[in-house]
Amino acid sequence: MIDLIGQEIIDAFLNNFWSVGAFYTLALVIVVSGLLVVLMKNIVHSVLWLAVCFIGMAGLFLTLDADFLAAVQVLVYAGAVCIMVVLAIMVIRRADMKLSNPFNTQVYAAAGVVALVLAVCTFLAARTQWLVSRARVPENTVEPIATLLLSKYVIPFEVVAVLLLVALIGALLIAREVKADADTDAGQAD
Amino acid sequence: MGENVFLNIASWIRGFLDSLGAPLLLNDLIMMIIKASAVIVFVSLNVIWLILMERKVCAYIQCRLGPNRVGPKGTLQTIADVIKLVTKEFLVPRTADKVVFLLAPLIVFVPPALALAVVPWGDGMAAVDMNIGVFYLLAVTSLSTLIFWMGAWGSNNKYALIGGMRVVAQMVSYELPLVLALLGVIMITGTLNMSEIVEAQRNVWFIFTQPLAFLIYFIAGISETNRTPFDLVEAESEIIAGPYTEYSGMGWAMFMLTEYVSVMIISIMCTVMFFGGWLAPFGWTFLPSWFWFFFKVYLFIFLFMWIRWTYPRIRVDQLMGFGWKVLVPLSLANIFVTGIGMYVYRAIGW
Repeated sequence: MIDLIGQEIIDAFLNNFWSVGAFYTLALVIVVSGLLVVLMKNIVHSVLWLAVCFIGMAGLFLTLDADFLAAVQVLVYAGAVCIMVVLAIMVIRRADMKLSNPFNTQVYAAAGVVALVLAVCTFLAARTQWLVSRARVPENTVEPIATLLLSKYVIPFEVVAVLLLVALIGALLIAREVKADADTDAGQAD
Repeated sequence: MGENVFLNIASWIRGFLDSLGAPLLLNDLIMMIIKASAVIVFVSLNVIWLILMERKVCAYIQCRLGPNRVGPKGTLQTIADVIKLVTKEFLVPRTADKVVFLLAPLIVFVPPALALAVVPWGDGMAAVDMNIGVFYLLAVTSLSTLIFWMGAWGSNNKYALIGGMRVVAQMVSYELPLVLALLGVIMITGTLNMSEIVEAQRNVWFIFTQPLAFLIYFIAGISETNRTPFDLVEAESEIIAGPYTEYSGMGWAMFMLTEYVSVMIISIMCTVMFFGGWLAPFGWTFLPSWFWFFFKVYLFIFLFMWIRWTYPRIRVDQLMGFGWKVLVPLSLANIFVTGIGMYVYRAIGW
């Protein structure tokens, strides 16, 4: 009997050990890669570290048994990083990539803003009453998410869709305007 | 006949581990490692055969004999090529972004290898029977765009950079119809589990109910694997070899390995989603389920090769226009029609 209880405690410790260990490893990966995104001098390296950061986030979702969200994180965020990197290169156009992600010297202003954000976050985190759910994670998370999105949260869902559409049309419009300008420039040069 | 060969081997290894007194967790872990390595070893060795097949198919299409000197009928040619590649020097350009340049061929095989974990090779023969299998496969394969781009960028070569830009433009554009085409099948089955999708095709394969989706998926799949007529990424006559221009030896070999495994993954997805996976056609169940799976996959690989050596390369603007103006609207229309069709079928009580 005592052996049985001892075994249970060891099992619980082992389970916790793995999940806690996974959490801290992933947290370290996320924080370090997030810092490197900011600190890298070359913007391409920054964006590559961003991909590492996103994949770490996906791992964090996996430790919470949210496999669908983890896959979404990889597909939408990490998969789309390459678009960002290409845009970065096209927009920045520096001869030396070491100058592509410059730092400025406004240390005091930055420190103030960071301290303020940190204070607000800490305050909110301390005030919030964290609800800990003891319910088991459902085996299949896709269907509940879909049902919620298309029933209870259908209006926010549609609003987001319209917002994305507006952004898309706006981008198209801007691209067209630039093209028209380029034409007139060419005309003036003639 | 031979239906349970692989399942028996698996249960034999499991029983052997049990008899050694391994705890359940360790047993599961070892089984998982064995399954994953079996899949990866098989697929990597299979590439040697696929390259020989490609060269032979290409040769016969062009009225040549193809490799015919090394071994009987040239069957050992690719093995000789692999030995050559392994012993070849791996050059790193002086101006390359060294870490990124070296990292790209190291990790380029990771996304396809991860994707292969959920493939059902036969009845009950998936290494991991995942609930969100299809979605997982799409998610991990979408990462390879970034790795190709890393190789292109790290080379610090203008042809490689142009190739890298094309990789991103092409693979991102064609990923959209690729995913949307699969949505029709997923709407009908109501599951993302690949084994369940295969089971749902017991009565009728989805090629018959979703022919348009299959066509879109197949075309977008050719584009995703960067093969002719969509091989602008590595268009030899314009940009030498695109992202692989600066790679030699094993670095280059890793990219080639990935290309062939990607072709295999697209063929596997065509088989699983539209051609009934491991299910036997006409009830010919006297051959085992895994035989039918591989038979169908190889048919698709052959089809890819056939197309590659038959059609010329299209222009970059045609590629983009076709992707965004034809394939994307068609795949959206397919989803719409499928949705209406499902309601109609339900109303008439099919």
